Amino acid sequence: MDRDRRLSRRELLKRGAAGAAGVAGLTVLGDSAGATMHAARGEPSAMNGAHSMAGVVGSVSSDGFDPQAFLEHFDWGAESRLPSGQTLREYDIHAVDREIEVAPGVLFPAWTFNGQVPGPTIRAREGDRVRARFRNMGTHAHSLHFHGFHPADMDGSLEPVPPGGEFVYEFDAEPAGLHLYHCHVMPLKKHLHKGLYGAFIVDPPTPRPPAREMVMVMNGFDTNFDGENEVYAVNTVAFAYHHRPIEVRKGELQRIYLVNALEFDLVNSLHLHGNFFHVFRTGTSLSPHEFTDTIMMCQGERHVIEFSYRHTGPFMFHAHQSEFAELGWMGLFNVVERTV
Amino acid sequence: VTRFPVLRWAVLPLALLAAATVVVTRSGLVEYLRRGVPPVEELSFERVTLEPGRILVDIVNGGPDAVLVAQVLVDEAYWQFTMTPDRSVPRLGRASIEIPYPWVKDEPHQVTLLSSTGITFSHEIPVATPTPQVGPRFFWVFALIGLSVGVIPVAIGLLWYPMLRRLDRRWVDFALAITIGLLVFLGADALHEGFEAAAGVAGAYQGTLLVVLGAVGAVLLLQMAAGSRLKKGGAEERQAIAFLIALGIGLHNLGEGLAIGAAYSLGEATLGAFLMIGFMLHNTTEGLGIVAPIAQDRPRIRTLVNLGLIAGLPTILGAWLGGMAYSPMWATFFLALGAGAIAQVVIAIYRVLSRSAGGQLLEPLTAGGVLAGMLVMYATGLMVA
Repeated sequence: MDRDRRLSRRELLKRGAAGAAGVAGLTVLGDSAGATMHAARGEPSAMNGAHSMAGVVGSVSSDGFDPQAFLEHFDWGAESRLPSGQTLREYDIHAVDREIEVAPGVLFPAWTFNGQVPGPTIRAREGDRVRARFRNMGTHAHSLHFHGFHPADMDGSLEPVPPGGEFVYEFDAEPAGLHLYHCHVMPLKKHLHKGLYGAFIVDPPTPRPPAREMVMVMNGFDTNFDGENEVYAVNTVAFAYHHRPIEVRKGELQRIYLVNALEFDLVNSLHLHGNFFHVFRTGTSLSPHEFTDTIMMCQGERHVIEFSYRHTGPFMFHAHQSEFAELGWMGLFNVVERTV
Repeated sequence: VTRFPVLRWAVLPLALLAAATVVVTRSGLVEYLRRGVPPVEELSFERVTLEPGRILVDIVNGGPDAVLVAQVLVDEAYWQFTMTPDRSVPRLGRASIEIPYPWVKDEPHQVTLLSSTGITFSHEIPVATPTPQVGPRFFWVFALIGLSVGVIPVAIGLLWYPMLRRLDRRWVDFALAITIGLLVFLGADALHEGFEAAAGVAGAYQGTLLVVLGAVGAVLLLQMAAGSRLKKGGAEERQAIAFLIALGIGLHNLGEGLAIGAAYSLGEATLGAFLMIGFMLHNTTEGLGIVAPIAQDRPRIRTLVNLGLIAGLPTILGAWLGGMAYSPMWATFFLALGAGAIAQVVIAIYRVLSRSAGGQLLEPLTAGGVLAGMLVMYATGLMVA
């Protein structure tokens, strides 16, 4: 700001006064500044204790979106068989405006799929017929745009569905992998950061090995609409899994479908404490690309990661952008002994 | 018997206004206009105190609606906090927030409040240093600062009196003209700083209008209080003017003192001891301005001492007040009072001067004096920078 750069008479007075106070403290009073320093050193607990006081105050009301339930919920749709023998999966998705709680006491006027952010995790097997009936119950035009193979008129990017309108998207689920679906109406940035996105999982013909599966959609919220996020999270609620750690059994294979739906910031990341994980980039291959403990992801990038814990106890996971971590993208796995 | 009709006619419009207010609020018009619009939220930082391992923040809600502080961030990280009396701050309400935070000495920090609607309010601490605790040492240190910046320079300036006494009448008028110049400069400075401080005043308290109220109020009140003396002419009038100048400068210095104390209370104190010398030079000219009107008289030493104290002591008072309970509102108000007092005294000196110089402000010596006074202040101001 202009004001900060300019030194007004009063500004200088302050400095002069501060200088005088320093001089007075040192020369006339002996050790005024020193006394304060000593006080600070004499009570190390005051400063050190404050280090562990990070995080939000309070908890999010339980009657809204439940991050614990979302974590392991997959929407397979209504399953039936087409005359050709192909499996048909029918999904009902509607867009609706809804105020959501993104941190304790902080409400965000979101645009949602089925009243939640992220939208429901849509899951199918490769080759299944996907039929998504989309109804727009919001106040703006919206659409469903799936990543994957599909005809141009099923892309959802050139035909906005007006408020009150309806559209049925139909295509074959392919290729296998971890994909994204989101609204593709302009202005895109607005429609995305308001909450219109979700994970779209297409299982490979050869199933992945049995594992405990979770969905983590990394997102953020620009609560004051200044083009920067005030809240970062996995699955919307800041520090949700930090306050209620995710229980994990020691030695059991864990699979996370990790999606980066963050807006404004170019990259996001996940770092796992006390462990390393296999990365299956975009989930399109069954053989891992990488073995690491930190993975960086651009906007819209998705990976499947697999790991198991060797030790019990609480282990952190968070964005390795410290800023994101301290603004809510931080959680805990509580690893417990395997009970038979 | 005649009073009742008068009273009735006085009350009738008020009663109608009350009725109209009820109709407007009950009719749903307000609700209609506000429908769907998020509340207007405004929080101002009144005071930020740094203690080892703690940041204390005092806030005031100057907006039209209550504000609920949902979360607190320090340097873009959510942090624990406790808030009294309540997380919800009503209109014109105040609250204190305590944040246990390991702040780093000599480094900047930013405190941000996140409201329930997602709006953020931030305050920058440019250089973190422990806020001095109010106690004997606090009063002593700030008294010393006030003494160095306010009292001593003014007293030194008063020592020009013997010189002024020996001057020709024309040159005394010149000195008076210089005083006008000094005062115009100080008045403009007080007004400018007043408006700047007004920017930090919570909206509902109408900072800009507070400046106008304080300045105009000071002119009117001083004119009322000193008016009879100022009309008497001669030595009594000149002495009254000297006291008014001292008072005006005193109020201006009170504002400066508040700023000194505020530098601490807002956690903005930075080092720069050499600047003190510039300020001493700058403020010495104030002493010259005070004695100029009484140069031809023979004031008692006690009078001179009193003049010096009136002009200088408020710096100390201001520093104490600013250090203990700074609020942008009081700073604005005192600066405005100073501006008004100075304006009033400029008018008074001009009257004296115009009488002796035959009413010619634009007489070369007078105009030159005013200009010289302003230039002196500008030049010594440069030394401060």
